[in-house]
Amino acid sequence: MSNSASLSSRWIARVNGGTVRRWALLAAAAGVIGLVGFAAFAWRPALPEVATPASSSFNPDVVARGAMLASIGYCSTCHSIPGGLPYGGGYAMKSPFGTLYSTNISPDRETGIGTWSKEAFRRAMHEGVARDGSHLFPGFPYDHFTKISDDDVDAIYAFMMTQPAVHAPAHPNELIFPLGIRALQAGWKLLFFRPGRFEPSPDHDALWNRGAYIAEAFSHCSACHTPRNPLGAEWGGASRYTGASVDGWFAPPLTAANPSPAPWTSDELHAYLFNGLSRFHGTPSGPMSPAAHSLAALSASDQDALVRYVASLRGGEADPQVAATAINRALQIDATSAGHQTERDVRLYVAACASCHYNGSAVINPNRPDLALNSAVHLADPANLIRVILFGIDTPEGAGGLVMPAFGSGLSDADVARIAAYLRRTRTNQPPWPDLETTVGKIRAQGKGVG
Amino acid sequence: MSTDFRINGRSVSVGEETDTPLLWVIRDDVGLKGTKFGCGIGMCGACTVHVGGRPTRSCITPLSAVAGAEITTIEGLHPEGNHPVQQAWRDLQVPQCGYCQSGQIMQAVTLLADFPSPTDAEIDAVMSGNLCRCMTYSRIRAAIKAAAALSAGKVSHE
Repeated sequence: MSNSASLSSRWIARVNGGTVRRWALLAAAAGVIGLVGFAAFAWRPALPEVATPASSSFNPDVVARGAMLASIGYCSTCHSIPGGLPYGGGYAMKSPFGTLYSTNISPDRETGIGTWSKEAFRRAMHEGVARDGSHLFPGFPYDHFTKISDDDVDAIYAFMMTQPAVHAPAHPNELIFPLGIRALQAGWKLLFFRPGRFEPSPDHDALWNRGAYIAEAFSHCSACHTPRNPLGAEWGGASRYTGASVDGWFAPPLTAANPSPAPWTSDELHAYLFNGLSRFHGTPSGPMSPAAHSLAALSASDQDALVRYVASLRGGEADPQVAATAINRALQIDATSAGHQTERDVRLYVAACASCHYNGSAVINPNRPDLALNSAVHLADPANLIRVILFGIDTPEGAGGLVMPAFGSGLSDADVARIAAYLRRTRTNQPPWPDLETTVGKIRAQGKGVG
Repeated sequence: MSTDFRINGRSVSVGEETDTPLLWVIRDDVGLKGTKFGCGIGMCGACTVHVGGRPTRSCITPLSAVAGAEITTIEGLHPEGNHPVQQAWRDLQVPQCGYCQSGQIMQAVTLLADFPSPTDAEIDAVMSGNLCRCMTYSRIRAAIKAAAALSAGKVSHE
């Protein structure tokens, strides 16, 4: 006893003996209190496991509505892998923070969400918290899904619970330490996440508001078309919809900053999003391809609503004369870079590209984009053009039944760079792309499927 | 994993690797030898087939690209080889060695779909990516015009 008392008094004496040590102790204590406080702040309760509801317990009309909503929210796009069963998860999302793998959202009890109640599903969609109380990563766009009404979330729940159960354990995430610690997500949420349902704007009519609800709550268009801050949250304000890099592609601006010489009109948006082909802007490819395919589930009036909203992002319909001028210019350029040519770059273009990318008599042929009008040639980032030249566009990806061959196997990096530089020089008024050949090499090394 | 598509009106299912060039599949799996291998890098036009009615260089088109597509080769233009372009080609004795000609004909068919009575400039614009080492270009141009005249009176198969 006396021995231990003398030990503790010696310890106290030593601590009292140094100011530095005292501050260190205080800092440690503050750290512990902070950690405990953060843990309490970050903690969410697990919600009880429930019996998987029988398919027959859901109203078929609600299930059908849920199917449509799940489609336009791209659930299967991210929660399935090629060759895998729908909603089994495993889709890899690469980011500067590491690779995140989507989870199984089929109603499998062991590896999916078969034990989740309607309340647990709502909490995940609205707050980004799994049934077991762990925080979900914002690769799951709950910052958008939080805007979905309770009723619509319940419809998606009904749809998911009536899908076949897929037994597929989650692939472990590969995030940079310490970002894989889920509790830290509470801090991200504190900084960037504002939960809450969609509020219609009184400044706009019902059609516009319906389109805004579809785009912001379900289809999360801004998740790709808005640049993100260093911590991976979408920038707000004037940065919204100004375009961003995603999966090795560049999602073009949807604002007036979009560089297409023939401005996007409502008609062209409609053709592009729902028919898979705009005569002036081409076909959805890369990550936009599954997005456009999934939007086909929208009813005609919802399609009109979405187009109304997206068209409004550029600040109103464009002057038709602007498009007409751009089209005439494109036709003239096309006519002067065809046939017998002596200049090296034009000859390469004529041999590789012009036998398909030619126009009809005085009109733009709709089935392959005119390269003087296509945004890929006009964007500040050459990634889209290079990707399409190297890897082509498959039939299932683009406009129904049409193919862009993959020139990567035949053309060297230097040749692809020459074609890109030639198009940039002759088809646009934009500055040349720097270091094109190096960029082509990097994109070739990334491969078609991986950005 | 097999890839399904339609070629000359019939459905086929091919089990090759999905990065196999369509040209190899057409010649070796489907067994249609009319489509030729020229340069192998999409720069000469000898391997041209139609995918969805568009001229497509099959040597650089991977099998994965044509899942669900509708493909036409030289054999599928007309059951007896009497497509107006084929007739004109015979009437004017266009080929010399003949190796590039099925590609030329396939390209010419799509040209006529877009320009029913083409000018020399339009023919040059669309046909310049199809090379002919025997230099039959002037006969090709004449035959395209003859085919346009033949087609004016009847419905084309494309």
